[in-house]
Amino acid sequence: MSSSTTHTSTIGAIGAPSRRNTELALLAFAVVIPVFAYANVGLAIDGSLPAGLLGYGLGLGLLAGVAHIVVRRFAPYADPLLLPIATLLNGMGLVIIWRLDQSERLQQLAKSQYGSFSPDAPNQLMYSAIGIALFVGVLMLLKDHRILQRYTYISMVGALILLLLPLVPGLGMNVFGAKIWISIGGFSIQPGEFAKIVIAVFFAGYLMVKRDALALASRRFMGLYLPRGRDLGPIIVVWVMSILILVFETDLGTSLLFFGMFVVMLYVATERTSWIVFGLLMSAVGAVGVASFEPHVQSRVQAWLDPMHEYMLSRQGVAGHSEQAMQALWAFGSGGVLGTGLGQGHSDLIKFAANSDFVLATFGEELGLAGIMAILLMYGLIAERGLRTALAARDPFGKLLAAGLSGAFAIQVFVVAGGVMGLIPLTGMTMPFLAYGGSSVIANWALIGILIRISDTARRPAPAPAPSPDAEMTQVVRP
Amino acid sequence: MNKPLRRIAIFCGLLVLALLIRDNWLQYAQADKLQSDKQNPRVAIERYAQPRGDIIVDGKSITGSVATDGTDLKYKRTWKDGPMWSPVTGYASQLVGATQIESLEDGILTGNDDRLFFRRTMDMITGKKKEGGNVVTTLNAAAQKAAYDGLKSRGKGAAVAIDPRTGAILAMASTPSYDPSSFAGILQKDGDTFTKLDKNKDKPLTNRALRETYPPGSTFKIVTAAAALEHNLYTDPDAKTDTPLPWTMPGTTTPLKNEGNIPCEDATLRVALRYSCNTVFGKIGADLGNDKMLETAEKFGFNKQQFTPVRSNASVFSDNMNKSQTALSSIGQYNTAATPLQMAMVASAVANDGKLMEPYMVNELQAPSLDTIEQHTPKEMSRPLSEKNAQILQSMMETVVSDGTGTNAQIPGYTVGGKTGTAQHGLNNSEKPYAWFLSYAKAKDGSSPVAVAVVVEDGSANRDDISGGGLAAPIAKSVMEAVLGKK
Repeated sequence: MSSSTTHTSTIGAIGAPSRRNTELALLAFAVVIPVFAYANVGLAIDGSLPAGLLGYGLGLGLLAGVAHIVVRRFAPYADPLLLPIATLLNGMGLVIIWRLDQSERLQQLAKSQYGSFSPDAPNQLMYSAIGIALFVGVLMLLKDHRILQRYTYISMVGALILLLLPLVPGLGMNVFGAKIWISIGGFSIQPGEFAKIVIAVFFAGYLMVKRDALALASRRFMGLYLPRGRDLGPIIVVWVMSILILVFETDLGTSLLFFGMFVVMLYVATERTSWIVFGLLMSAVGAVGVASFEPHVQSRVQAWLDPMHEYMLSRQGVAGHSEQAMQALWAFGSGGVLGTGLGQGHSDLIKFAANSDFVLATFGEELGLAGIMAILLMYGLIAERGLRTALAARDPFGKLLAAGLSGAFAIQVFVVAGGVMGLIPLTGMTMPFLAYGGSSVIANWALIGILIRISDTARRPAPAPAPSPDAEMTQVVRP
Repeated sequence: MNKPLRRIAIFCGLLVLALLIRDNWLQYAQADKLQSDKQNPRVAIERYAQPRGDIIVDGKSITGSVATDGTDLKYKRTWKDGPMWSPVTGYASQLVGATQIESLEDGILTGNDDRLFFRRTMDMITGKKKEGGNVVTTLNAAAQKAAYDGLKSRGKGAAVAIDPRTGAILAMASTPSYDPSSFAGILQKDGDTFTKLDKNKDKPLTNRALRETYPPGSTFKIVTAAAALEHNLYTDPDAKTDTPLPWTMPGTTTPLKNEGNIPCEDATLRVALRYSCNTVFGKIGADLGNDKMLETAEKFGFNKQQFTPVRSNASVFSDNMNKSQTALSSIGQYNTAATPLQMAMVASAVANDGKLMEPYMVNELQAPSLDTIEQHTPKEMSRPLSEKNAQILQSMMETVVSDGTGTNAQIPGYTVGGKTGTAQHGLNNSEKPYAWFLSYAKAKDGSSPVAVAVVVEDGSANRDDISGGGLAAPIAKSVMEAVLGKK
């Protein structure tokens, strides 16, 4: 069928080096840089090295070491950049969360709000350990990503359940207007983070089967291939689902993320530009439609258009307004090109969610334009390495899954960073790896694990002459 | 599937590129604007992050800084003897901002001044914290205390003492006053205190010494006498003047009245000043005319704001007046109004043999290391009268103190010259008059180290008792004594 699959063999060159030593060298940097940053914060705030420096360094080193050994053993041909970049981001995130734990302003805020203050950094360290454990689990148990293909429809059900959980009475929590959390046994979990992966599995499995029908059976109209009415079904279902998330969970970010991911995967599967056009049209219609009657979305847009006005309203004590957006902009601006230096900024003025949704503002103020550019480029590298993995993958399921996960990752980074920097309206999502939050860290480590698994399969020297799984699939052409 | 994948890869690259461009816009293009945005809390946090530099009097600081509790703004200003010093320093409140020296020298006090840039950069490199510099004033703590205590016992009023030789301000008091420490913070109670002070009808926040203009009354006769001498209307203080009694103001049928039955008919300048004859000085004003009076008054500093560096209101001597209005203006009534600083300048110009020095109260600006950044050099402002005429006027003013209305200001062993004033005001003079006193004292070497102007708005005194000699002269005396080191 598609001629493009034949190109893949040129990418996954036979006899490619495993690159594990490259990964180890990069990992050394990924551990040492956050340790220096940690020391830096301690020196800036207390004038002495933090007491936990050795423990933190050893802990991060141990986690990275375990992850590396597991990759070496179970995915020797995996992409060498993904693990070090994720480790570096996770390590820097821990440093900044610890730094914000030291803020008297936030400690007092916590005391006045909840009666007591408890530091977040130890929890985040635990979540990181769980995340890496899940990463290890993915690599050890998932010997081949194609196994996931079997669970296409179970994934669909699973994803829907995860997405609906926050709406279950008694389980869901409303945190500052966004209903994306559930609470179980004292732990709050953001099911959307996990749903992101599960739903990518469903899309990949579904589109792999349906893509020919979607791609070939179409009418030409005004230069575009229009899909048949019945093939529109799935995209409309996903669209409706995104709209429902937006309306009932008031979560613009997750809604955008799912729809964007679906459009990306649909485009990759069918190679039809018309799907992109459709996707953009539908999201435009959905966004305008929802914004016209949903006050929560309207106020977000207002706050985005005039953050200063929003700040003044919040200062005057008008309910339902937040000064966070303007505070974040000031934090970025005050950081300038080089930043104030770690531990020396005032990004804690953002107060609520300073270490989760708004964590990037602290990086912006204390590490400056230089630091943010480095971080954005690292995120970009993760997405691009994921897409390269998709290019190199030899099976359509792997291609679609890698493309979906990488695309979703890039969209999430764009939506969160763009929101915090005032490029687009603010949404309630977290920066992968940097932000405080167990669900986010754990889910993103799983995501990296799956990408590493796919890339290992893709780059592994082919046991010649292996029958291409693509070739088999071409026989399943359906009308 | 690879063609769309490559396009998706480009798309993801564009997403990151959009973020990079936005970040450059925020952190490079807009950084200065966001950083210095007045609403940005960092501006205030930075400003109050370190103890403020001090204001120095007689080698000791009259201000301080104290760490606050539970607010973002770490240090707030304190004052020693706040009510006494507030007319000099002004206030520096986290909530309502700063005034006077605290505001004008803010850059030095916070350490943000451009002249401290090099030191600041060095400190940044060596890791030292930013510090504020000091402002060294010309004030004399003993004189200030004498002025403040004297005024406080009299209710409302103001006093200014100047060193005539340099223009250095030695005392500047105003009552009722306020304690700037009481609203230096940013809390609710600071705001409440300030609002209460601001709404008080006695206007405690107003620095009367600089910002209130009063009709100067008979003290203005010094200016009129100077004009008569300078314009050669009369040259001998002991020669008879051509003044009938009663004297009817030109163009009117109203005779100008004297206070009581005093020997003013054709009185000499000396006698006229000694008894404070309205007729003699009113007629001088009418004879000289508006232009000549205005010329002399402006040489003394009237109709112009003074910057000490704290701004004073301009004192008023009108133009376009007819003869009778000029006559009334020449005895310190009608439109004539003067700040206490202005009248102290009049006394100091006479005492300094006709040379008026520019008044100033900041002598030196110091870096945090106590190095001098800027040093004031005394400057001559004008010469309202010649040395000879100044000495004639001195001898007349000395007669006022030795034998006239100003005997309360006598200091044994020192030569003192002065002039009293009781200025009527209000519709039909219905309100209680202001009691004025101008004076200077001479040191043993003949030079004059202090000139004082005191005004008491004594609302509580019996109307008949109000006279410059009774209420204001004792305050002027104690201020002069403090400067002369008698106390």
